[in-house]
Amino acid sequence: MSATGPATMTVTITVNGKAHTADLEPRLLLADFLRETLDLTGTHVGCEHGICGACTVLMNGDSVRSCLTLAVQADGAEIETVESLGTQDALGPLQRAFRDHHALQCGFCTPGMLMTATDLLRKYPLASDDDIREGLSGNICRCTGYQNIVGAVRAAVRERDGA
Amino acid sequence: MSPPDDISLTRPQYVGARVARREDPRLLSGSGLYVADIKRHGMLHIAFRRSDHAHADILAIDIAAALALPGVVAVYTGEDIARLAHPYRATSRMKNYQPTFIPPLALGKVRYVGEAVVAVVAESRYIAEDALAHIRIDYAPLPVLVDPEKALADGAPLLHADLTSNILAEREFSRGEVDAAFAGAAATAGGRFHFTRTTPVAIEARAAVAEYDRRTRTLELHCTTQIPGIVRDKLSEIFDLPGPRIRVVAPDVGGGFGAKTSLYSEEIVACAIARDLEKPVKWVSDRMEDLMSTGNAFDEIVDAEIAIAADGAILAVKADVIGDVGAYSIYPWTATIEPVQVVSFLPGPYRIDNYAARVRAVATNKTLTGAYRGVGRPISVFVMDRLLDMAARKIGMDPADIRRRNLVNDDEFPYKAASGLVWDKSAFQACLAAARDGIGYDALRREQEAARAAGRWVGIGVACYAELTGVGSRIAVAPGMPINTGTETCTVAIDSTGAVTASFGVASQGQGMETTLAQVVAEVLGAKVEDVDIVLGDTASVSHGTGTYASRAAVLGGGAGTLAATAVREKIVRVAGHLLEAADEDIETGDGNVWVKGTDRSMSIRDLARALYSDMGRVPKEMRDEIDNLEATRVYDPFFGTTTSASHMCLVEIDPETYRVEVKRYIVVEDCGRVINPMIADGQAHGGVAQGIGVALMEEVVHDATGQVLTASLVDYVVPSAVEIPSMDVVHVEAELPDTVGGFRGLGEGGTIGAPACVANAISDALAPLGIEIMEIPATPERIFRLVEAARKSV
Repeated sequence: MSATGPATMTVTITVNGKAHTADLEPRLLLADFLRETLDLTGTHVGCEHGICGACTVLMNGDSVRSCLTLAVQADGAEIETVESLGTQDALGPLQRAFRDHHALQCGFCTPGMLMTATDLLRKYPLASDDDIREGLSGNICRCTGYQNIVGAVRAAVRERDGA
Repeated sequence: MSPPDDISLTRPQYVGARVARREDPRLLSGSGLYVADIKRHGMLHIAFRRSDHAHADILAIDIAAALALPGVVAVYTGEDIARLAHPYRATSRMKNYQPTFIPPLALGKVRYVGEAVVAVVAESRYIAEDALAHIRIDYAPLPVLVDPEKALADGAPLLHADLTSNILAEREFSRGEVDAAFAGAAATAGGRFHFTRTTPVAIEARAAVAEYDRRTRTLELHCTTQIPGIVRDKLSEIFDLPGPRIRVVAPDVGGGFGAKTSLYSEEIVACAIARDLEKPVKWVSDRMEDLMSTGNAFDEIVDAEIAIAADGAILAVKADVIGDVGAYSIYPWTATIEPVQVVSFLPGPYRIDNYAARVRAVATNKTLTGAYRGVGRPISVFVMDRLLDMAARKIGMDPADIRRRNLVNDDEFPYKAASGLVWDKSAFQACLAAARDGIGYDALRREQEAARAAGRWVGIGVACYAELTGVGSRIAVAPGMPINTGTETCTVAIDSTGAVTASFGVASQGQGMETTLAQVVAEVLGAKVEDVDIVLGDTASVSHGTGTYASRAAVLGGGAGTLAATAVREKIVRVAGHLLEAADEDIETGDGNVWVKGTDRSMSIRDLARALYSDMGRVPKEMRDEIDNLEATRVYDPFFGTTTSASHMCLVEIDPETYRVEVKRYIVVEDCGRVINPMIADGQAHGGVAQGIGVALMEEVVHDATGQVLTASLVDYVVPSAVEIPSMDVVHVEAELPDTVGGFRGLGEGGTIGAPACVANAISDALAPLGIEIMEIPATPERIFRLVEAARKSV
């Protein structure tokens, strides 16, 4: 609670298609809004300084670090989180590709990887594995050595392109 | 239709199959439960004020302003926690070892930057962190020990007043006649090697949620740990509570790599506060405090030398190791685990008759070092395999050939290594040969020659290692440690609904053990793999178990699971024999069913369980009395443990303008015994190698002369991203299986053990025309630039 700023601000944020209106402290991080206020704990926080990418979500269709974004900055925005990609019983295509290729181990970086890859798949041809690696280079995984993540995204590209 | 008698037709062979991970659907859909995800009614939040001095007396702590902040509930200092928790330290029976007390919050003195000094409890994490700025601590700085060589010198200031020196442990190894062997050598090579300090960086930072139930007077701790059993047992002493009144749970844990194999101060503080306030409390580390307070790794200076004969045979090796272990001797492993392991494993998979080594573990004003994937062995292999290449160059021998010349041959097992370790049997030579074939070594050498002629810096690296995995009760995982690390427990139980549950003392941090252990239990029992529930990482589920570390979970967990499932299967067969009116030896189990061989008489295991438990009269009292239930608990002790070995080869190229090293190809050939799930086994190798490449090329914890951590963010402590790690080939050599139950060997750490040496050898090979040997890692562009500049000046 800053001595100079407003105590709270009223914002409306659409998360995974559902609008939420709330009075929030201006300093509340988007990651904490998702995890603490909305209980969407699929978004993970790995570094709180924008390096590891675990907290990546999509804001109006672009990947953002939810640990470096204030919730009030998302006023009026559409947010997509890992919870939008599919459920345990009905995984989405990218999630299935991750499972088929053993592209996750501990699962902590995975939601961020999935959201970054979702963004890449929507926007870029990803013709080479180097393109995929470059696109994922802002997301750190400490378990897999990336090889199987690249393989999973490659498979998702093939599925997207009907190849 | 009656099931055929050929069991392999009816019974899925789960062990060895690429069974999809059962963990994945929850982790992929955001349905996992990590410690930071846990919420409790009325939960409070802890934040720690940490020391910004490396060494100082604490003169005064003023908490009044912090306490006055709205939303702050309580503030605790070291003295407050000392009243709530007994002191503890990591003891060892090893000679020449000095334990240190580890105060959960600093008591009168701070010994490293990042040490927790004050804990604030508030209604939110935001408020707790706000309050930290309102605490005033007056320090009187003391001389700072950063250089371990200065810290071990006579007259150095003592870090712990109750100790006789800063040398926390010292040990010597000796075999054969080292000096005579050196005198008769055709060539010798050596020098000072420096393996810098790193930190594991699990992407999930450490966290804890502690609760105290006033009704049952029970403490419950959910924490990011690999060793729930060890944590529970120590908390029982620290808080004077019997085991049943302390439950430690590791839920989904976001990577461990050894960093989470220690008992941490914050876990003790969280428990003390939860019990004191009778409120649930949560602490989630941010990355900066994690980088400063989670066990660091490695950090050794090794003066080593090798003597070889004209044919490349190793005549002798000597080494003097100084390990910088930081401010305290970490619990439970002690300050010995990392540096002593360097000298125990330095002879590696090679035939060495003459060996002399000394190791000293030295306390400094830095973060504690503890376990990190490989523990000691990444340095052992770095030094040994660098020595081999340096010596080979002197006699003009190929690096692969000198290894073939010196690797222990199949007919020499069991082989007692020069440090006293015994290699049971493992495919040392076969791994090297397969790696050579797999990467196309001879063709690669020709390509390298052509590249070199064109002025390019291209190098090939080779490294071989052996590790002891699945260590049983004969020796403790850390020297002299008074904790039994040699057994694990499994309970397999089929309840009255017919459900199968297998509970283990080991915990999973991403290794997929819910899948692999289900594969083992299902195969032995004859159940469907999807019908076997696996319980891990919960001290309430088994009486004793320590956890997951030291490449042991597949060996000890898989072994205990095999024994317990075998015992339950025997009970199933007894009951089935009665219900299906057949002799026990005619009963078979598979795919969730039991049947009489060669007949159509069969039933499901679920129906059998109901018949035993719920249908009065179907099973006679005498049989019920004998069987009791469809449960068995078994403890497995592999006693010696077993040898996992591997050969790594890689190709690197160094950019002559940026001095960046690109790892272009990489192959791992490993003998990890019977592979439970090849998909998961390959993944372990990929991840291990990636961490090893990070250690070799970029990762380094840097302290300045005042002990400040200059790498306290991921901007400064750089770990590999997808563009720095190559695609790699992993080959499993399933040679003669070890004598472990199930035939499993451990495989979690290997990648990290081999990769630093392999990459350092490749860089040295690339720069051989300049006469450069990589003696210090990480081989950052700056270090390589300086080496090249120095080499060019000296020409």
